[in-house]
Amino acid sequence: MGADRKATAVVIGAGHAGLAMSRCLADRAVDHVVLERGEVANSWRTERWDSLRLLTPNWQSRLPGFGYDGDDPDGFRSVPEVVSFIDAYAEAISAPVETNTKVTSVSADGGGYRVATDRGDWIGKTLVIASGACNLAHIPKVAESLPSGIVSLTPTQYRNPDQLADGGVLVVGASATGIQLAAEIHRSGRPVTVSVGEHVRAPRVYRGKDIQWWMDKAGVQDERYDEVDDIARARKVPSIQLVGTPERSTLDLNTLRAMGIQLRGRLAGIREETALFSGSLRNQCALADLKMNRLLDTIDDWADESGLYGDVAPPHRFDPTEVDDSPPLMMNLAKENIKTVLWATGFRPDYSWLDLPVLDRKGRLNHDGGVITQAPGAYVMGLQFLRRRKSALIDGAGADANDLADHLVAYFKKGDAGKADDVSSHRGDAAVR
Amino acid sequence: MSVSETPVDNGVNVEALLGAREALSTAPEAAKFNWRATCEWVNGTHSHSEVQGFFGLGEEQKHKTTFKFDADHPEIFASEDHGATPVEIVLVGLASCLTAGVAAIAQHRGIQLRSVKATIEGGMDIQGILGMDSDVRNGFDGIHVRYDIDADATPDEIKALVAQSQKRSAVFDIITNPTNVTVDVN
Repeated sequence: MGADRKATAVVIGAGHAGLAMSRCLADRAVDHVVLERGEVANSWRTERWDSLRLLTPNWQSRLPGFGYDGDDPDGFRSVPEVVSFIDAYAEAISAPVETNTKVTSVSADGGGYRVATDRGDWIGKTLVIASGACNLAHIPKVAESLPSGIVSLTPTQYRNPDQLADGGVLVVGASATGIQLAAEIHRSGRPVTVSVGEHVRAPRVYRGKDIQWWMDKAGVQDERYDEVDDIARARKVPSIQLVGTPERSTLDLNTLRAMGIQLRGRLAGIREETALFSGSLRNQCALADLKMNRLLDTIDDWADESGLYGDVAPPHRFDPTEVDDSPPLMMNLAKENIKTVLWATGFRPDYSWLDLPVLDRKGRLNHDGGVITQAPGAYVMGLQFLRRRKSALIDGAGADANDLADHLVAYFKKGDAGKADDVSSHRGDAAVR
Repeated sequence: MSVSETPVDNGVNVEALLGAREALSTAPEAAKFNWRATCEWVNGTHSHSEVQGFFGLGEEQKHKTTFKFDADHPEIFASEDHGATPVEIVLVGLASCLTAGVAAIAQHRGIQLRSVKATIEGGMDIQGILGMDSDVRNGFDGIHVRYDIDADATPDEIKALVAQSQKRSAVFDIITNPTNVTVDVN
């Protein structure tokens, strides 16, 4: 294995977040290495379904010192295009990436961190975890009761409808992943039922502009983690029901219903061969409609204040989500010929290699805006609402990387965790150097 | 969110509730409660139930007084009508749970309530309980709650209170989702 190699900062993961951090460290002359288990943008290469496109428009993928310069700013990148984009970024910033280097454990070592890999150990004075928020597809416990003979599939395993048996498909979950896959599978001729729990509804285009344009301009995406009412809840909010298509079409429950997809309540249990759905569907839809209208109110207020009136279409509201009078509460999976259950029930990061006492009882990483306070000098990037609402977007990596790189520099320069903590309480975005 | 000039007071101590949530986040064991009732047959379909003790915050707890409930059936069921039917008591449970939630959430959101009135109804085809048609379930075929709320808030803010109350309601969850029930005989 050879001698330990050393760096001031060891960054784990060469996706957009790790690379943005690499750029910010280079700007601050911090020597570092970026360890990547596969190739740059690995999870985009290996864990995404074929038809997926980014949910944010091309113009919005802004990384430190890099951005979109093509002729389709309002388009949505396909997966190969995302891979090329991130690849090009790694090249443009000459990121010191060690590819095909799988981290097997991270532990405390003296005042720093020992990062063991399948190609030898690194010792970092500081550590940046940028290994992704969606490593593992979450499957709810109810899946254990699925009758044998029905295939259980996760979005990380799913590629396209051809891999599914003929017959019905139950899609559990109605966030961005669930509704996209439900629509695609239904179009393949397989009847689809969607089990709908908590979800976030939004139109693709509002008043002639992309919803992401509005959320960006109106400052919604910049809302900070230390400014929201309940950050624990904000970090659990499901992904917005969106799809990126050349037609910029909206995909919501009304769209699915009009296609002939059956909507049911949250999957509450499976008894023998019968799936039981919650009677809460109407309220889940009411909550999502009210939340969407609050977002549109925020947008309209901002448009008025900014004097945009006339440059954009007038305000309007969308039809409420239609719900059957009495959506069935049970479905006999055998009689309905359900052959596949697709668990679009969210993703979790994988910290199985992390030997630091920094996880809570639910296995979540404890951090304060990306600063892992229980492990001084350690940071995390790319998680939902890490420092800002946009933190998990490609577009959110730059601002977070700048803040955290400042903190990291202050930490190792002072060599004093107590003083570094003072920096974490600095609430502004200004550089702390 | 409405901002009133006088402090909002719906009689809910939100600070205490939030404090409890904070305390329980570090001691999840204390969050495990056990709710109880006893029920004794009186005569015919008339029964008498009492509620007093429960378990929570790691120890036995007690209501200030023993609460008593008589349940029976109306005379058209050839009963003596000494109390509400058990299914009506279920409706009472749902409506009072949702209403308590509305008050607590309104307090948290700074919304002053003036009046909150719920009307709740549940449809039922009694061919089920009479064993006449196995395709008809025993229980409600649906429950409908209607709220009349007078508050310092917009109509959408009031709808959001009611929606959030359903999201956080124990009885709403009990009714909308299946629960394993074990009945033993000593």
